[in-house]
Amino acid sequence: MDYLLVVLLQIAGAVGNLALVSVGLAVIFGMMRVINLAHGEFIMLGGFAAIFSVQAGINIWLAMLVIAPLSVAVLGVLVERLVMRRLYGRMVDTMLASWGLSLLLIGLATTFFGNRVVGVAAPVGSFRIGEYSLGAYDFVLAGIALVVFAAGYAILRFTRVGLVARATMQNREMASSLGIEPSRVYAVTFAIGSALSGLAGGLLAPISGVLPTMGVAYVAKAFITVITGGASVITGTALSSTLLGSINTVSTFITTPVLGDVALLLAATIFLRLLPTGITGRIFKGAP
Amino acid sequence: MKISRRLFLGGTAAALTAPWVNRSFAADDITIASIYDLSGGLEIYGQPFDACLDLAVSELNEAGGLLGRQIKVQKYDPQSNIQLYTQFATEAATSLQAATVFGGITSASREAIRPILGRYQTLYFYSPLYEGGVCDRNTFLTGSTPSQTIGQLMPFAVKNFGKKVYVLAADYNYGQISAKWVRDFTAQAGGEVIAAEFFPLDVTDFSAAIQKIQREKPDVIYTLLVGGNHMSFFRQWAAAGMAGQIPIVSTSFGGGNEHIVLTPAESDGVMAAFGYFQEIKSPANEAFVKRYHQKFGDKAPYVTEHASATYNAVHHWANGVRKANSLDRMAVIEAIESGSTVDGPGGSSTIDPKTHHCATDVHIGRVKDHSFEILESFANQPPADTAAVCDLVANPNDNQQYVIQ
Repeated sequence: MDYLLVVLLQIAGAVGNLALVSVGLAVIFGMMRVINLAHGEFIMLGGFAAIFSVQAGINIWLAMLVIAPLSVAVLGVLVERLVMRRLYGRMVDTMLASWGLSLLLIGLATTFFGNRVVGVAAPVGSFRIGEYSLGAYDFVLAGIALVVFAAGYAILRFTRVGLVARATMQNREMASSLGIEPSRVYAVTFAIGSALSGLAGGLLAPISGVLPTMGVAYVAKAFITVITGGASVITGTALSSTLLGSINTVSTFITTPVLGDVALLLAATIFLRLLPTGITGRIFKGAP
Repeated sequence: MKISRRLFLGGTAAALTAPWVNRSFAADDITIASIYDLSGGLEIYGQPFDACLDLAVSELNEAGGLLGRQIKVQKYDPQSNIQLYTQFATEAATSLQAATVFGGITSASREAIRPILGRYQTLYFYSPLYEGGVCDRNTFLTGSTPSQTIGQLMPFAVKNFGKKVYVLAADYNYGQISAKWVRDFTAQAGGEVIAAEFFPLDVTDFSAAIQKIQREKPDVIYTLLVGGNHMSFFRQWAAAGMAGQIPIVSTSFGGGNEHIVLTPAESDGVMAAFGYFQEIKSPANEAFVKRYHQKFGDKAPYVTEHASATYNAVHHWANGVRKANSLDRMAVIEAIESGSTVDGPGGSSTIDPKTHHCATDVHIGRVKDHSFEILESFANQPPADTAAVCDLVANPNDNQQYVIQ
């Protein structure tokens, strides 16, 4: 009985984890149709930003929740200005450019930070359920993911800024003729997406440690989650994270971590065969 | 000027022989090659190998070299890439004509270059600890094997902590084969492996494994985890409040500087068995560590067993060359087989002529505050696993890696 509860809690943790890792990519891809293959490296740099701040004596929560997203947002602004701005509407070119950027960032991080894992201890302790002891940090992550998604939904659905963003996403020309400057919307969107990737990196640092090549493992999972989610940035990513996270965790518990990943990929393949436009291409259509 | 065919042929022949002539005239130096990953994912393992090879060679050179000649090391960095291993091994054996090659970190890289060096008849030394079983007259292996480390650690663990063992291992040949040895030695010690889980090297999420372990309630956890991603297990184990709840023993923990990267809260109490720890208290080791830090500074990488066995490997080769009074491959092999002992930093290392492995001292250490406290030491442990299947004295042409079933 306790074990069942433990498995359920682990599922919640895994879903939160997957949602956090994917949301930055979802914002950039969903709003701008730009596939940011450097997403994993944005996560990695967020992790390094958090860890170096902690090593410099800054409070760990401040480092993870403020410094990591801010520093990656600054990088995002630069990347948008220098690279992405020139490539809007050319999806394959944005992929190539961001892939190159990804290799460059891995190389730079390896050169300057060294090819070794750095880490910090998790800032919260553990709790017990019956005979089982669990890390509380996973649930802090799930809680933060919940807050991020709720805030994202509220902003897109109920505020003027959200309306402008959705309008630009749906019909760029029309939005432009109504006095909205799409290039500004894009710049802000890219910065926010980058900030969310940085936030994910900062929050993951105590769990997985940070390594220059860590992004590779995340970008594939995030990408699959976003594609499975479909057109709606927030709703789609939340639904697909829940679905794929649960499948992954349950199959990992029953079998091995390898088969857990296999199950996740298999589920994503089947879903895309049945719902080629993603979950929100069929249900919850039009939700933000 | 008109170039006649004769002139052309003569010139070409001169040009082609020139490097060869050059080399034999300038051959005051003995050239040896090293192939260790000094960049890429395995860099953290490779740096200490390289430092200890340098230390051993510079000590030999300061003492006058070998056969009255200085030793020069040609270093190749395969960048954690197996393809470069095969390319560099070929180059070292052919164009460089290296007297011997020290190289290979993972078992995969060893199996990539061992056949090449065999084919080109170039003597080969492999120094990391590994899963055992290589039987090849052209190769000497100075690192420890499972019977030496696991064979001591398992009786220790079963006696002190209990019979139920849970194994977590890296999912490639090292982890798979070593896990079989753990099963074998646990059974011999009267215990039982209740579960073995394998993790690819890119896995960072161990939460499911941590809950499964709590459900199975083992007395001991045995880890054969490898590399930076797998360190997450110890972080998540501590974050789940489990640090110190179930004893963890390992024959890989520390080889990748885990005890230095992880915080004391995450790593204190983990026990490991190796042929060497930097903390061993003996006059020989204290002098060795002092020389090491004099040469490379206080921030030099922690000396792992891999590194100290590399130091021993260079000295075994030097023993062979001195005894044979020659660099000839077969003469050196026979000289080493006739008996070579190196009083290395971790104790004496003696070549076993039948297996080309080393009898070595083995120590069990426990992590405390980023370093190991030595709990027990076992003198002169023979490479019994490989010796059970390999006899190069009786079958000098044997050339394969035996694997436990």
